[in-house]
Amino acid sequence: MNAAEPIVLEVKDLRAYLYTRWGVVRAVDGVSFALGEGETLGLVGESGCGKTMTGLSILRLLPEPAGRIVQGQVLLEGENLVTKSEAEMRRVRGRRISMILQDPQTSLNPVFTVGDQLVEALRMLHTDGERALSHRAEEALRRVKVAAPEQRMRAYPHQMSGGMKQRVVGAIAVAGEPRVLIADEPTTALDVTIQLQYLTLLKEIQARTRLAMLFITHDFGIVARMCDRVAVMYAGRIVESGPTRALFRNPRHPYTEALMASVPRMEASVERLPSIEGQPPPLHDLPVGCRFAPRCRYADDRCRREYPPTFPIGPAHEAACWRVEPSPSSR
Amino acid sequence: MARVEERIEVGIGSSPAAEVSTRPRSRGDLARLPWVSFFIIAVLVLVAVLAPLVAPHSATEQSLPDKLRPPAWQEGGSTKHLLGTDVLGRDVLSRLIYGARVSLIVAAAALLAGGGVGLMVGIVSGYLGGRVDSFLMRVVDATLTFPTILIALLLAVSLGQGLQTIAIAITVLIWARFARVVRGEVLAVKARDFVALARVHGCSHLRIMAIHIVPNVLNTFMVLLTLHIGFVIIVEASLSFLGAGIPPPTPSWGQMVADGRSHIASAWWLSVVPGAAIMLVVLAFNLFGDWLRDWLDPRLRQV
Repeated sequence: MNAAEPIVLEVKDLRAYLYTRWGVVRAVDGVSFALGEGETLGLVGESGCGKTMTGLSILRLLPEPAGRIVQGQVLLEGENLVTKSEAEMRRVRGRRISMILQDPQTSLNPVFTVGDQLVEALRMLHTDGERALSHRAEEALRRVKVAAPEQRMRAYPHQMSGGMKQRVVGAIAVAGEPRVLIADEPTTALDVTIQLQYLTLLKEIQARTRLAMLFITHDFGIVARMCDRVAVMYAGRIVESGPTRALFRNPRHPYTEALMASVPRMEASVERLPSIEGQPPPLHDLPVGCRFAPRCRYADDRCRREYPPTFPIGPAHEAACWRVEPSPSSR
Repeated sequence: MARVEERIEVGIGSSPAAEVSTRPRSRGDLARLPWVSFFIIAVLVLVAVLAPLVAPHSATEQSLPDKLRPPAWQEGGSTKHLLGTDVLGRDVLSRLIYGARVSLIVAAAALLAGGGVGLMVGIVSGYLGGRVDSFLMRVVDATLTFPTILIALLLAVSLGQGLQTIAIAITVLIWARFARVVRGEVLAVKARDFVALARVHGCSHLRIMAIHIVPNVLNTFMVLLTLHIGFVIIVEASLSFLGAGIPPPTPSWGQMVADGRSHIASAWWLSVVPGAAIMLVVLAFNLFGDWLRDWLDPRLRQV
């Protein structure tokens, strides 16, 4: 992280559990990270490792009534969101933190025109009259590069392509000029060609507004393109984090290493991509020691007994693995 | 309603070629209007409203010398009584016309009350979920197990006969049907991302219910409403047929069918004419409901 950038969002030891009838699901279990202005942090991991839950708990929108934040702080420009009232949170959502979800097909209300929905979103932020609002809405569409915005305003969501809908969703998300944007796999449901356009658009918006972005994804290609820093999540915890370049060059946690190895490469011809054996542990029944130990080929007794603390590796690069523990001699 | 999952995409990306039709209700729709059912419904409403002007005779005035006249086209019939007369010499056509009033008033009152309650319960139950949902849905289940006619008969006996009683009885019986269907729809709508995004954008629950949930279940609700008009008319007719409905001499279609029952061999028109009227009107409302469903859905409207 560039130390010059002021920190916008800081998450400290966040724990969000889901109390289900099968037991306590520890979806987010001690996650900490910081996001600077204009910075993009990639949150990477398998499905079900708690990425989305992390995003939702920042906004305090965990599924009710099962989800609860049990510990930790979410500091938005120094204010702790965890202790805020629901009414105060409503003023944070949309205005200071916004979110884009994965599926553009269901992200818009099918019975209203795109214009109506944009105006509705803007109405919550401005006190302008109807005409001024629809003018703003058109402007917002133009800014996300929707062609012929005057006409699009009167279109229903089903008349638009997925990429176009996702642009509209983006327009609504940044309408309130938020400081933080949580993008939860925003391009997973899009065509590859449209993906690139959309990512470029997000970058442009970010360059213009200096917003901090938490980019949730499982695609390392997107991480390389979009993110300044990466945090790799496994079973509710961040196991390794660091600058994108450093992490790609020198992954230290066995899980990160395995993830990287399973990404197809152009130069190497392989018969079969290596995959990670086994399944992630169920989040309601976690092993005592390192959560990756059952699937880790380096795991020893200590790994199975004790969860490793986070050890520094390089500048802003750290991993939670006993193998990277600095040996006493080299200290 | 089983939603046809929309995958009709117009254009790709920001291509300007992706023109969209900007007239939400185009002329093409007129061609698909269900003219027959429109016509029947329009006639019914007009006749009911203008009953005193349209009816050739009084609906209750008896004239024993003219009793059991067959309809005009049958031997022995006259143009004075187009659809014949009943046992007491009352004009069947006039009774049919006044009876339309009863049917419409009962249908309107019961659907407004029952539909309104059902819509609210369904939305609250589906949106809030959890214990509220469990409780409300058990009440709905209980209500749906009531034998329709029996409950209506009990209510009629305890509240006394009359328009009001019938409206109340039918309301009690149908709100649960609305509540259950609406709740199911709400569950489906609630799970979609735009509701989550509305929360992300800072909407309160009340606002989400009002501007996101209600408009999305309104299609289904309206269709259900039109389909139930027929049901209500039939229940009203059944109750009147069983003698627990509108007290005589006020004409009601069900009552007319009941009265004609004992003369079915000699004077068929007494039962068949009001019976046919019930059938036609119910059919017309059902066809209208079918069309309304397509018309209200923006996806189907413009394809």
